[in-house]
Amino acid sequence: MDLHTAAPAQAVSHRRLIGKLLIGVAAAFAFGFALVPLYDVLCAATGFNGKTEGSPKGVGGFSLGGFGTGTAEPPSRIDRSRTVTVEFTGTVMPGLPWDMRPLTFNLEIHPGEMQLVKYLVRNTSDRTITGQAIPSVSPGQAAQHFDKIECFCFSQQTLAPGESREMPLSFIVKPEIGKDIRHVTLSYSFFSAVSDKTALNTRE
Amino acid sequence: MSHATTAPHDSHDHAHHPSGILRWLTTTNHKDIGTMYLLFALLMFFVGGAMILAVRVELFQPGLQLMKPELFNQLIGVHALVMIFAALMPAATGFANWQIPLMIGAPDMALPRINNLGFWLLPPAALLLTLPFILALFGIGDGAVATGWTLYAPLSVQGGLGVDFAIFSIHILGISSILGSINVIVTIFNLRAPGMTMMKLPLFAWGWLITAFLLIATIPVLAGAVTMLLTDRHFGTHFFNAAGGGDPILFQHLFWFFGHPEVYILLLPLWGLMPHVLATFSRKPIYGYTAQVYSFIAIGLLSVVVWAHHFFTAGMPVPALLYFMYSTMSISLPLAVLFFCWIATMWKGSMSFETPMLFAQGFIVLFGIAGLTGLVLADVAADAQYHHSYFVVAHFHYALFAGGIMGVMTGVYYWLPKWTGYMIDEKLGKLHFWLTIISFNLTFMPQFFVGLAGMPRRIPDYALQFAEFNAISTVGALILGFSQLLFAYNIWKCMKGDAYGLPKAESRAWEGGESLEWELPSPPPHHSWETPPVIK
Repeated sequence: MDLHTAAPAQAVSHRRLIGKLLIGVAAAFAFGFALVPLYDVLCAATGFNGKTEGSPKGVGGFSLGGFGTGTAEPPSRIDRSRTVTVEFTGTVMPGLPWDMRPLTFNLEIHPGEMQLVKYLVRNTSDRTITGQAIPSVSPGQAAQHFDKIECFCFSQQTLAPGESREMPLSFIVKPEIGKDIRHVTLSYSFFSAVSDKTALNTRE
Repeated sequence: MSHATTAPHDSHDHAHHPSGILRWLTTTNHKDIGTMYLLFALLMFFVGGAMILAVRVELFQPGLQLMKPELFNQLIGVHALVMIFAALMPAATGFANWQIPLMIGAPDMALPRINNLGFWLLPPAALLLTLPFILALFGIGDGAVATGWTLYAPLSVQGGLGVDFAIFSIHILGISSILGSINVIVTIFNLRAPGMTMMKLPLFAWGWLITAFLLIATIPVLAGAVTMLLTDRHFGTHFFNAAGGGDPILFQHLFWFFGHPEVYILLLPLWGLMPHVLATFSRKPIYGYTAQVYSFIAIGLLSVVVWAHHFFTAGMPVPALLYFMYSTMSISLPLAVLFFCWIATMWKGSMSFETPMLFAQGFIVLFGIAGLTGLVLADVAADAQYHHSYFVVAHFHYALFAGGIMGVMTGVYYWLPKWTGYMIDEKLGKLHFWLTIISFNLTFMPQFFVGLAGMPRRIPDYALQFAEFNAISTVGALILGFSQLLFAYNIWKCMKGDAYGLPKAESRAWEGGESLEWELPSPPPHHSWETPPVIK
């Protein structure tokens, strides 16, 4: 029994069904790729997976990698009734010969207060290198209430051979943050931006 | 098939077909292709088994004795890929090829040439998967894929050439599965015997039908995910690379969107097989046919909306955790329906305990343990403790060895008399069963305990307090592995039944067998149901 030997009516109904099933296969393949932008939208909307909310005023859309850069609006109020502990950490990814460490490891703050902390970053190699820091906030629910006002992660950083630099970060944990969240961790991963410079722009 | 008795059989067998290897390369006969799938699956079962025995021997004692951690990482991942894609899935497809046409009264599969292509894609894919081991011996590359079968980014973005081999292997295996699925669906929809409505379809065919739809819905998503991985690795995209704004967690979503239904893809054909075996050896009709059909459909639908329970600990908002927990747990409802139908089928039956029945009952008990420990893992609060521990390893081996491999063995022992024309050697079969079930529990029960005590999976070394349980587990694994040689020997014996003096099988090899394949002689002629039976 084959398409060629089967009765014509049967061959037609075989072909119709195969056509539908192949469309199903193509749709499933497309769905896999459609999940990529869908996932970014979902993450930005919910703070899922530590991605911070929003976009800088006047720029619109998503900034680098879907990370919002926060708003410069002053906080409406400071919630002095409670405190949140913010911890700072950072990693340098393979391929970038840098050191980094936060100069402040943790801070106890009132939601709504603006704070300034610094990271010390040093280029341990003998060439000039450009890097890009990618932030992540955990728990995920805290991410959308964590506004970075000024951050070295907003742009690429270039360090001369052996140069070290204190890189500032000012931020506000918004008073809207859930009452059950007492502990927030901000983590940076520093990547080499040189070879990936063009690629960096591809998904903005 | 020289022992064929009927003249038409002989003329069909040899008159117009090439002989030797060409016959197998070019065959479009569903029985030939089914045999090739099953033998390929058996071969790969031993390949994957040998890999994991090496791993178990390494884990016999704490410390590193046998291999470097790099090789250990490669072996565990390739073991899983081989067992899932090259052993369990081809075995199920082999069953489908042999049995679906016989059971629904069709003369062959609907698309015989595609059927041939689907099989012959498998050997190159298996070669691609395992070739890097051999290349590494000659100093090319650093061995096979070492990321575990889940290929999580960013590890897989950074890995060596083994990852690329695995990606292409998965592409080919995926195409093969999709071709097989399309063939099954077209066969079942278009070639059923007159009078066989969908609600008279044998449950085995129903189970396979749901599997085929799940494959079509999820394999392309996996293909997409590994394609993204490939372009991330070589063509400068940043789907999963955080440096370019990508997200490694996205890979976990894509992978498990495929990966969770995959579990049901592996198991549904076997859940469909169980009621046939239980009914045959209880000499009673299948209990709850309709309920089982709707349970299959419910499980198929639920399986695509629960994937994130595989990475509860990756970080998720609480509402998402709750959703995935409750939806996962709800799968136990249709599964419980299946369990009760299986038990009710045996209830007050006049049961006999031939080898296939023993395997079916072993399946029910052990797969029950898999289901119950799965409920524990589905609990978000408990999962934080159990995640990535040996508890998970034990759980999914109860599902995929006891549920998957032992289910396949049930089917092989049940249908071998039909396929070969000889009854199986019961004594050997029973010995195989008892060795398997005892050594299986010896291997995996201790892994629940070390998992609860905190031993992480995928690590070649472990803390001293886990030594006793690991030693027991390794001894069990060695017995389990070597007992499977009995399985191969038993199949060989049955294939060469004359030489071993095995009794010939009647058409209805098992007296309680009710479905259509038992109406045909054993073995069935090369071309069967050329005049379709009429179902009343």
